[in-house]
Amino acid sequence: MPATYKPIATQTLGSNAASVTFSSIPATYTDLVLITQSASTGVSENIGLQFNADTGNNYSYTEVSGNGSTAASTRQANFSRANLTDRIGTSVDLGECDIISNIMNYANTTTFKTLISRANTVDTIFPGANATVGLWRNTVAITSITVMQSGSVNFKTGSTFTLYGIKAA
Amino acid sequence: MELIETITVGSGGVASVTFSAIPATYTDLRLVTSLRGTGTGTDTRIDFNGLTTNQSQIMSRGNGVAASSVTEANFYGIQVTSSQTANTFSNGELYIPNYAGANNKSFSQTDVQETNANGAWMYLSALLWSSTAAITSIKFAPGAGNFAQFSSLSLYGIKST
Repeated sequence: MPATYKPIATQTLGSNAASVTFSSIPATYTDLVLITQSASTGVSENIGLQFNADTGNNYSYTEVSGNGSTAASTRQANFSRANLTDRIGTSVDLGECDIISNIMNYANTTTFKTLISRANTVDTIFPGANATVGLWRNTVAITSITVMQSGSVNFKTGSTFTLYGIKAA
Repeated sequence: MELIETITVGSGGVASVTFSAIPATYTDLRLVTSLRGTGTGTDTRIDFNGLTTNQSQIMSRGNGVAASSVTEANFYGIQVTSSQTANTFSNGELYIPNYAGANNKSFSQTDVQETNANGAWMYLSALLWSSTAAITSIKFAPGAGNFAQFSSLSLYGIKST
């Protein structure tokens, strides 16, 4: 039976941090799933990802979102990260914001890399149910993932990040 | 990921489906649903631990004509109704991180209908159960009528270590 949702690594923050990195990701799976459960120390413009520490403008994303009254869609090309969420307020506490990111065919060395994320914030200030598709224009295998806040905002102590591997066969 | 239980609705349908005595031994829960109702309503209600309180939901949704977003004070999913195309069922996925933890429970739900006809919906939902209790049971019930035969629901457990 193929291995699915095999834990690769999990990190729980012991102190506030601006980012979390999973490094030395093995190439032995087909897809990756990243589960993020976090709270922020301030109003977060968004939470994003970078692969292999690439800070260049090699990312793009398209988002569909709703805040309980309005639905919207935005996109960004030639950006320095793949965003996963809309703005998140400080009323969100631990357990009140989660993001599920599926990163497909991450270890291949011939195609650009795509991901799909679903983010939830049932926040009194900036609520949102979002889905985002992202692209990293690089053909190398993904060996590290950095999940990051925006600006000077940090992830709060107790935020958890878990990376799973999925095998197609 | 391990299968905890699959429930398939038999002949005659059922008014609700409950996963009970969910062990606290996993990190996250994943639910996969395929639902059709015997009534004409699209709503499916979801409750944890037999409670309908402290629920809130934000839906981003579209039906092929327009997109919108609404809030709900209870948890709702969608099913295909008896008046929609025969032999079609909704598909849904819920992912509940840290379901046994002491924090409030934020989780996501994606529900789709596709019936080769107008009026089918896709929902992307953010849901929050403002309770620090561990989730030990999950109930699904149609807003009206029964779940039709061959509806199925599977509950999986996922461990992070």
